[in-house]
Amino acid sequence: MLTIASLFCGLIFGAGLLISGMVQPTKVLGFLDIFGAWDPSLAVVMIAALAVSIPGFMLAKHHARPFLATQSFWPTKIGLDRSLVIGSALFGVGWGLVGLCPGPALENLATLSPGVIAFVVAMSAGMVLHDFWQRSRLTIRREAALTSTDG
Amino acid sequence: MVNFTPISAAIGGGLIGLSAVLLMLLTGRIAGISGIFGGLLDPGNNDKGWRVAFITGLILAPVISGWIGYAMPTPKMPASWTVIIAAGLLVGFGTRLGGGCTSGHGICGVARLSDRSIAATVIFMLVAIVTVAVTRHVVGG
Repeated sequence: MLTIASLFCGLIFGAGLLISGMVQPTKVLGFLDIFGAWDPSLAVVMIAALAVSIPGFMLAKHHARPFLATQSFWPTKIGLDRSLVIGSALFGVGWGLVGLCPGPALENLATLSPGVIAFVVAMSAGMVLHDFWQRSRLTIRREAALTSTDG
Repeated sequence: MVNFTPISAAIGGGLIGLSAVLLMLLTGRIAGISGIFGGLLDPGNNDKGWRVAFITGLILAPVISGWIGYAMPTPKMPASWTVIIAAGLLVGFGTRLGGGCTSGHGICGVARLSDRSIAATVIFMLVAIVTVAVTRHVVGG
């Protein structure tokens, strides 16, 4: 049931990106290009999405647990940190270069466009690289902590 | 504003919001695409079934719409492979380091009124606007 519900939600999400036109990178770049022929459509997409998700999430918060799972995975982190700021800035550069963020990039795999496939492979590599870097950083810290206590 | 399409944008946006709410109400998960997809690439993550299903749905949506006569337009990508690869790497690394993308921070996080997500959304929007301004109006001239 959890799988069917997720598949269904993915379909609705995909339909939303498709109908809104946000699967087209040049449409997204048209929004980001405030000094050119500005296209405010993406702002309307965000406002409409929030108009549904703000009351929807309020409702979800009142439910002790989701209908098809034992617990909800609400994010718990609060407060800004360096990772959030630097990570978001790097994402912003990549997004501005091509006009693709992860959702439309994955959805566009359906077109079998070689450019999109290359983008998704590079995006996956970036994610794996990040996880690898985080793990090695943690290992170095742990080793440093061990040697300092031993010394 | 010749390209402005407010009606389809509002309908599509509403559906994206609905998907995020349903995913939370039904499965208790946040509809953040970089997080869903990133978890699939993490060998240490054992919670993969729903992730595969969601992304399958995302890719299947334009396939189904094609069957009913509403084909997805061919995406217009930059000519330079270097730009495509560099952008992909930045989007992958950046969204994982920053803990989310346009969906997880921009829609789910802002809807929860999370300070982190509001900051992240402002940062990636502004940086992307500057990037486009530089590539289109300074370098691209």
